[in-house]
Amino acid sequence: MTDDLNDLKNAMESATPAPDGARKAANLALAQKNFAALQGSADQTRPTSSRPTRGLWTGVRQMLNTFTGRAALTASTAIVAVGFVILTPLGNDLVPNTVAKRPVQSPQETFTAEADMALEEAEITLLPAPAPAAPDVLQPKRSAAQSSTALGSVAMNDSMAIAPQTEPAPSRELDTESFANEPSNPIRIVSEDPVSTFSIDVDTASYAVVRNSLMNGLMPPKDAVRVEEMVNYFTYDYTAPDGDAAFRPSVSVSQTPWNQNTQLVHIGLQGAVPSIAERPPLNLVFLIDTSGSMDQPNKLPLLKQSFRLMLAQLRPEDEVAIVTYAGSAGQVLDPTPAAERSKIMAALDNLDAGGSTAGQEGLQQAYATAAAMTEEGDVTRVLLATDGDFNVGLSDPDALTDFIAEKRDSGTYLSVLGFGRGNLDDATMQALAQNGNGQAAYIDTLSEAQKVLVDQLTGALFPIANDVKIQVEFNPTQIAEYRLIGYETRALRREDFNNDKIDAGDIGSGHQVTALYEVTPVGSPAQLTDPLRYGSTDSAEPISDELGFLRLRYKAPGASESQLIETPISTDLSPNTGGDFAAAIAGFGQLLRDAPYLGNWGYEDAIALANETKGEDPFGYRSAAVQLMRLASSLSEQP
Amino acid sequence: MKTSDNDLARAAADGDAAAFASLLERQYDRLFRLAFRLTGTQADAEDLTQDICAALPSKLRSYRADAAVSTWLYRLCVNAAHDRRRKQATHARAASKWGEWEVDRRAGNAERAEEVDWLIAAMRNLPDDLRDTLALILDDITHRDAADILGVSEGTVSWRISEAKKHLKRIRAGGDLI
Repeated sequence: MTDDLNDLKNAMESATPAPDGARKAANLALAQKNFAALQGSADQTRPTSSRPTRGLWTGVRQMLNTFTGRAALTASTAIVAVGFVILTPLGNDLVPNTVAKRPVQSPQETFTAEADMALEEAEITLLPAPAPAAPDVLQPKRSAAQSSTALGSVAMNDSMAIAPQTEPAPSRELDTESFANEPSNPIRIVSEDPVSTFSIDVDTASYAVVRNSLMNGLMPPKDAVRVEEMVNYFTYDYTAPDGDAAFRPSVSVSQTPWNQNTQLVHIGLQGAVPSIAERPPLNLVFLIDTSGSMDQPNKLPLLKQSFRLMLAQLRPEDEVAIVTYAGSAGQVLDPTPAAERSKIMAALDNLDAGGSTAGQEGLQQAYATAAAMTEEGDVTRVLLATDGDFNVGLSDPDALTDFIAEKRDSGTYLSVLGFGRGNLDDATMQALAQNGNGQAAYIDTLSEAQKVLVDQLTGALFPIANDVKIQVEFNPTQIAEYRLIGYETRALRREDFNNDKIDAGDIGSGHQVTALYEVTPVGSPAQLTDPLRYGSTDSAEPISDELGFLRLRYKAPGASESQLIETPISTDLSPNTGGDFAAAIAGFGQLLRDAPYLGNWGYEDAIALANETKGEDPFGYRSAAVQLMRLASSLSEQP
Repeated sequence: MKTSDNDLARAAADGDAAAFASLLERQYDRLFRLAFRLTGTQADAEDLTQDICAALPSKLRSYRADAAVSTWLYRLCVNAAHDRRRKQATHARAASKWGEWEVDRRAGNAERAEEVDWLIAAMRNLPDDLRDTLALILDDITHRDAADILGVSEGTVSWRISEAKKHLKRIRAGGDLI
């Protein structure tokens, strides 16, 4: 080691404070507790399902993770209190004493003394065999000395860190999930605000997160529930578009299940399904997070299994490349034709979680690879697989989304697949996918991987219409109030509708999008607002008996100018059965969010309605939803 | 005669709670020291150590007897620090922590050595990878072990150290730290 470094090292030694005694005791106790809990559950390696019987570990973690877990709070209070009694007296005595004994000391002396001591100690601990019991006594002394020389501010921290005695923070770091959401859309009054504008959303991540929570015996965080994503998780029986049209809107009006005096306007978009055989060659760049946090059975291993499933669906002329971002950042697999499946599989199998992370670097490399792979007529997409915890390196998140938006304009799309729970940064995932013209999906089980990556492969990977915006104008002579259910995070300003520069959601081939409005007809007893006494009534000539007018804007892939589709929402539309199931799911989502407006309508009603309307349900997705409603119903009854 | 750390780790991986307890007891202060160097504040270091403690039982299952426990733990620590940093949304927050410290310092801690002040402020200015590498090397880890821990080549470690030194030199020459 050079002299330079020795100086640094000495300086660093004296800057390093001692661990806080109370925290140490609490941390050790936490480790013990987790250790004990883990012994009960040997089977951790097969993440085929997130069933609640997964074992004690999940339970304990969930318990510790959740702020609402009263039991956990009590338990950790006990742990901290016990630790405090055992350890702090020593620490407490030592700190003030040493400070008093060594009021002023030349820094140089301190350095050498500290460094030597630390060096000896380091050696002692490094030698495996004869490590004596002495460090137990030595270490607190050294620590105290160090903190006294080091800094006043740390001493302050010390006293603050002891505070857990009275107010413990239960394992707060374990759960850093964040979700993107807004408060539920309020009632709008048609005479004041007749136009509602939003971007479509084909994401389904929210439903999977909700399912994962319920399956683990917990109500999902309210912000994790985005009603439109739950509704869009299911497919409905919409009419397919004719001829060359990219998609076709269908509108129906039906009775609102939770309010007999209002109606539900159900807007469905069905994307065209181009024949699979005619699809252009596909270039896929898997950008895989292999950082240390991915080293969990429901992350990297599940990801490998998922991608293996998808590989089987690719055609020989498609190309796959793999880029990882972690300490071992870089291209793991050069662009390889999908025909060479064993080579791709081998590259996947060799992925190992560990090391540091450089998200932005990885992303840049993935895009560079994608650009190199693209030939005329190809569809190129980067599939980012992460636990959501996306490192943006040294630059800020805005710069990252700008970067993605720029690449989107150059024709490379980005989809985000989330794995695992615990530090799922849903907000970032959403932001990335929305900016990358892609889909954000959350994969918690192999069957979800099957749905997202296999059944919907074409939809997720082949865009048929970009920047799809919906604008509904309600007729004030017919409708008094309206409320858009869900799409809170997708709201657009009225003027943005005609502005082609404003980005919006995209539809892939075969995708469906469903939006529901709850509308209150004029004169209905369900009207929540009183008419204005001095309101302008002069324009109230009934021009038409339409409920409203639907406008859609979209761009053909690659085009910069949008096209307009318009259709009136008339009263004589008949409801379809698929629509009613959507209403059941929308009601379920609102119950999970504790949204107002549902009155006494509860889980039992949602279950009854869903059962009644689930129809053929060939894949069992709808029955599974009913199952979730039952779970939520029983969970919500618990105190 | 005490059991070696590696034996303890193996026993702990097999479910021996006592072995686990004494292993962690032995290693805790070292972990904390590295955590402090990686994060820059005591509070963050305590939190990071807590993360590690919480996750250690399950991580232990992936412990292989061929690696030294200390090296393996350091790798865990560096990875956990990365995860934490990523959670802090941007580098900015970490940097501002160092900034708060700097403000505290300026508020007057006369007895603190000038060298320490300088180093803390300087570490703040290092890019993450350089700081991590430097933190390990300053903790008496050999270049080879550091390479192993960070998952990079030994050459990269040496390069980073020399980069870090250049950075520090530049900062020192620049005089003003903020």
